[in-house]
Amino acid sequence: MTSPSARLDRVESGERVRDAAKLRSARGAERSTRGAPGRERLQLSHVLFALPALGFFAIFALLPLVGVLVLSFTSWNGIGAITFTGLTSWGEVLTRSTTWHGLALVVLMIVATWVLQTPLSILLGTFLAGRQRYRNVLAVLYFLPLLLSSAAIAITFKSLLDPNFGLASGLNMPFLKQNWLGDSTLVWIVLLVIIAWQFIPFHTLIYQGAVRQIPQTMYEAAQIDGAGRVRQFFSITLPQLKYTLITSSTLMVVGALTYFDIIFVLTQGGPGSSTRILPLDMYLTGFRGNEMGVASALAVILVVLGLGLALGVQRLGGKDASASQTEGA
Amino acid sequence: MHTPLISRRTALGAAAGASALALAACGTSGPGGSGSSGGSDSATFWQLSGQPNEGIYKDSVDAFNKLDKGTIDLTFFQNDAYKQKIRTAIGAGEAPTIIYGWGGGGLRTYAEEKQVDDLTSWLEENADFKDRFIDSVWGAATVDDKIYALPIGATQPIIMFHNKTVLEKIGAKAPTTWDDLLDVIEKAHSGGVAPISLAGQSRWTSMMWLEYLLDRIGGPKVFERIAAGEKDAWLDDAVVEMGERVKELLEVKAFADGFESMAADSNTDQALLWSDKAALMLHGGWTFGGMKASGGDFVSGGHLGYGPFPTIEGGKGELGDLVGNPCNYVSLSSAASDAEKTVAQDFFLEGMMTDDVAAAFVDSGSAPVVTGQEDALKASDDADYLQWVYQSLQDAPAFTQSWDQALQPTDAETLLVNTEQLFLGKLEPEQFAENMNSGKGA
Repeated sequence: MTSPSARLDRVESGERVRDAAKLRSARGAERSTRGAPGRERLQLSHVLFALPALGFFAIFALLPLVGVLVLSFTSWNGIGAITFTGLTSWGEVLTRSTTWHGLALVVLMIVATWVLQTPLSILLGTFLAGRQRYRNVLAVLYFLPLLLSSAAIAITFKSLLDPNFGLASGLNMPFLKQNWLGDSTLVWIVLLVIIAWQFIPFHTLIYQGAVRQIPQTMYEAAQIDGAGRVRQFFSITLPQLKYTLITSSTLMVVGALTYFDIIFVLTQGGPGSSTRILPLDMYLTGFRGNEMGVASALAVILVVLGLGLALGVQRLGGKDASASQTEGA
Repeated sequence: MHTPLISRRTALGAAAGASALALAACGTSGPGGSGSSGGSDSATFWQLSGQPNEGIYKDSVDAFNKLDKGTIDLTFFQNDAYKQKIRTAIGAGEAPTIIYGWGGGGLRTYAEEKQVDDLTSWLEENADFKDRFIDSVWGAATVDDKIYALPIGATQPIIMFHNKTVLEKIGAKAPTTWDDLLDVIEKAHSGGVAPISLAGQSRWTSMMWLEYLLDRIGGPKVFERIAAGEKDAWLDDAVVEMGERVKELLEVKAFADGFESMAADSNTDQALLWSDKAALMLHGGWTFGGMKASGGDFVSGGHLGYGPFPTIEGGKGELGDLVGNPCNYVSLSSAASDAEKTVAQDFFLEGMMTDDVAAAFVDSGSAPVVTGQEDALKASDDADYLQWVYQSLQDAPAFTQSWDQALQPTDAETLLVNTEQLFLGKLEPEQFAENMNSGKGA
């Protein structure tokens, strides 16, 4: 009964799974009336419709990926001849300290981002899910950072944080005159706060939508049973947000793996190498250091890491990921 | 079963037909081939954006295009974006006809990979053109005794700028020795201003200090050996002493508070100097134009001072030795067609550094790298400064090219990484020398 496509769908959100289940039963009904030939025609048309997408995917995703994999076994300065050097680049990547340093920083970034952004996003999303007009106004205002590009955000914050001409002198508040981007501890706090400011609106939006999907009847029932707001939040809202939490966390974790633009503009990986996370290390090694082989090996590591993390987070959803989260379904 | 097969075949046929059509369209609507004569040939030229140079280069190209000797297509890029794009473009065989660059180690890689043309014999044929340029600029254009690039633009030595108002207020004078420098730092602290403005986040800004320190301690030969790739050249005692001097500067808090946060691209380091918040700034001559444009009456009111980097007692380097960028360079892409190369060469001769272009550079506050500019410089608004720069250039016993340009790109990156660590106080001088010698990052 379970076809591969349905199994793929299962890792998507609960609603998609429900749709897939409907499709499956529809397909089953079709099969029982028309028999095998009908099913075959359906699959071929699937392939035909998917062809353009598959083509683009092959050209813009698979081909470069294979290219990078091939390059990781070479030594290339970007302009000269490409020479195959076997595992030399991999050997360098795995033995140099910057790689492990960058990897540790990426893990730190992922954990800190998640811990900082998830609770805030859930609370804000739940709050904004109310129907009052003032909340809608707040929501619109609040989503503004989402509209700005990372580069613009980074450049703006960089000028605001300038120790001599930034906020400190603009507002005449000397305590704001800190070595924001030049101190290896402070710079992390600055980065995490700016990234949170940029991305919390996005995750809030996801949670807001999810909270609005929760049937009102559940809350009514809870109210009749005498549950307060806090109890309602922990007993109804939070459990119902499980699959949204997984989606949001996947985006957050994989996103944190690739933060590059904002760090590149703000700190260039500095001071020293205190913010030289792996993606930045890859870029700087490839395009500043002109060691494309080593940079390609780093890129492969990032791809594997990203896939692993995404799958890992999905697994956390557990076996009941395909179960309905809507009452009565 | 038949229908899908047919439809697939039809689809394939349609796709093939469409692409053939597209190809045909390209063939007929493309520009005329290289067979056409006269002014219809064109060459491409990538340049850096940013005034005042952007305007000067654009005018020079416009003037040349009016001569009907072919067309130069000019495109502007931001500095850092260009540095990365040009390598990618050359590697992909998509380089512009005229490749703009900095000479030195970057040019060497292009030359060794046969991506740029050897211009030595062409320069012999056009000796008048070659003689127009100041002699000292050819060094960074030469790889293994062959010239691969032509000088363009203005000379950009690194200069010790100072704020006359601030120095007067704190009762110090422009430093010419190491002790003077320490004296300025001490007096600046008691006077409540930053001693030295430095945009440490940019890294190459800190590197400028190393360049002069090494020259003054060990003389220009030490870096010559390093640039030539001699074995263990980085382990010279002078390199370690250079690191010790940096440590000394850090100990007396010579650089403005939060200098590690400051980047040169926002020009806050210049602003610190012209807003009377710092006493000294070691920076390239190119900042003069910026301070003139943004600093109110700082330059026009005569508050900006300038001088050579101080000498160090017992050191081998002379006060007149310069470091910095002799100028910028252009090379001819080997991948260009003969027609494109002809247009480019005509542009070199009749458009690139003409008298008009040189005059425009003088107007903008910089000294062009062509000879015979004395009168023009004397007549300019910035006569004192420009004449001083031009004279320093001609009198300099040695002009060391900026290290990150002189070295191979990979080594340059290693240098910048280690330089930053040194200025953060995280690297001992001996370790710096060893890291550089073994080509290690931080």
